Amino acid sequence: MGGSNKPELIKDGKRLDGRTPDMLRDIKIEVGVVKNAVGSAYIEWGNNKIIAGVYGPKEALPKHVQDPERAIIKCRYAMSPFSSLEEHGRSGPNRRSIEISKVTKEVFENVILLDRFPGAEIDLFVDVLQADGGTRAAGITAASVALAASGIPMTDIPYAVSVGKVGDMLILDLNKIEDNYSDADMPVAIGPRTGDIMLLQMDGNLSRDEIKKGMEMVKKSGEYISKLQKDALKLSYERILEKYK
Amino acid sequence: MHIRAVTEDYIKDLLVRGTREDGRDPSEFRPINLATGIMPNAEGSAQVELGSTKVIAGVKIGVGEPMSDKPDEGNMITSAELLPVASPNYETGPPSPEAIELARVIDRGIRAAGMIDTKGLFIEQGKVWEVFTDIYIINYDGNLFDAGTLAAAAALSTARMPKYEADGDKSNIIREGSLGRLKIANTATSCTFAKIANSVILDPDGNEESCMDARLTIANDENVVRAMQKGLSGAFSTRELDNLMGITFERSKELRKLIENAKA
Repeated sequence: MGGSNKPELIKDGKRLDGRTPDMLRDIKIEVGVVKNAVGSAYIEWGNNKIIAGVYGPKEALPKHVQDPERAIIKCRYAMSPFSSLEEHGRSGPNRRSIEISKVTKEVFENVILLDRFPGAEIDLFVDVLQADGGTRAAGITAASVALAASGIPMTDIPYAVSVGKVGDMLILDLNKIEDNYSDADMPVAIGPRTGDIMLLQMDGNLSRDEIKKGMEMVKKSGEYISKLQKDALKLSYERILEKYK
Repeated sequence: MHIRAVTEDYIKDLLVRGTREDGRDPSEFRPINLATGIMPNAEGSAQVELGSTKVIAGVKIGVGEPMSDKPDEGNMITSAELLPVASPNYETGPPSPEAIELARVIDRGIRAAGMIDTKGLFIEQGKVWEVFTDIYIINYDGNLFDAGTLAAAAALSTARMPKYEADGDKSNIIREGSLGRLKIANTATSCTFAKIANSVILDPDGNEESCMDARLTIANDENVVRAMQKGLSGAFSTRELDNLMGITFERSKELRKLIENAKA
């Protein structure tokens, strides 16, 4: 937040990468990029490149973590050591990635019908290969698709995106440099079927009214993100159909 | 498992009837006790009792190196320890995701509110002050987020500022004697809500937390929201979020007053 040598993030109503305040970066989603996984998805969201993969449901191990009434989700969000423009990152979990893994897991605990698989675990891996701001949102969006592709029963396909603020202006989908120097950042995940907020984090400064408006921006862009998710899933099934024609 | 189910039925039944175990309003805090300066060795300290939840925060200030991306700013490090003594459910070992989330959410509220002016913590090229805030959970009975934020904010707000003396190659940190206070630029507090079935309540106690579906922490100062964190598998609607922000701005007044009183 803030920081020194703050670049001018908005000039003549345009952002550094030419976007208007409520414009998403380009998003591409591909299903089935990891053959071994039960379900997988690759997302390119601006310069973010992220793979999400699902294994299970399978017997939860070690046995003491089993829940006799429902499946548990094990989620690991991780950034590759070469993912950022800065120096070589350290591999292995850090405090940031542990928190993101936790909030990501909680999004999917909301939508997966966990009680169908007592004693089981569902493994969800979100690997950030290249990062440019908004990786948790992009990761959740990809993980939703991977889970849907795995056939694990879910009540919804959540999407996520962040909204932030530069000066007095709310901006959608912050990239890395905007994230570094913005006055607020609020990643949100929504279940489009109900409109429920499944992930909500925020830091910086936002008024009650700005948060309300930010939520509207999220939901508006969500219609498009949801469509991309569903299109990617559809395409993967069409490809299978092609094969057996 | 069965005892949990009984507790859950009981709590939910109370909420349906518009009440809680201790008869509180849905948007009411438990009685809060705040004491500062309880551990004189630390530069700042505070104990918060929120009902039977008991939390201690200690502030130590030392000299260290700046972060490479912020060479002219001091550092602020917040940690939280769920002491095994505080609950039969806490175990020894490395910090759990819950403890990490707790520390990071408290840190975000304080940091985003700009409570500490990190630029004012610059000493000289390559040397800055480091402010460590350690939050110790002594007894768990729910809502560690608000108790922890209050303890941390109060400990920081009443902390003394050591002096740095460079004498040729030697340097010295003076921690005693007549010292000023750590400069505080703002006050952050937080309000945490639990969603249980269709009810949303402020300041859940341990029993209420054991059956909550979702949790929302909103940290704010007098004017704006500074940090938020939703936890657990449940969800909130945008309307609920808006209502809870309203309650937060109202209820945080009493928390800020406690800190102001401690400062005086």
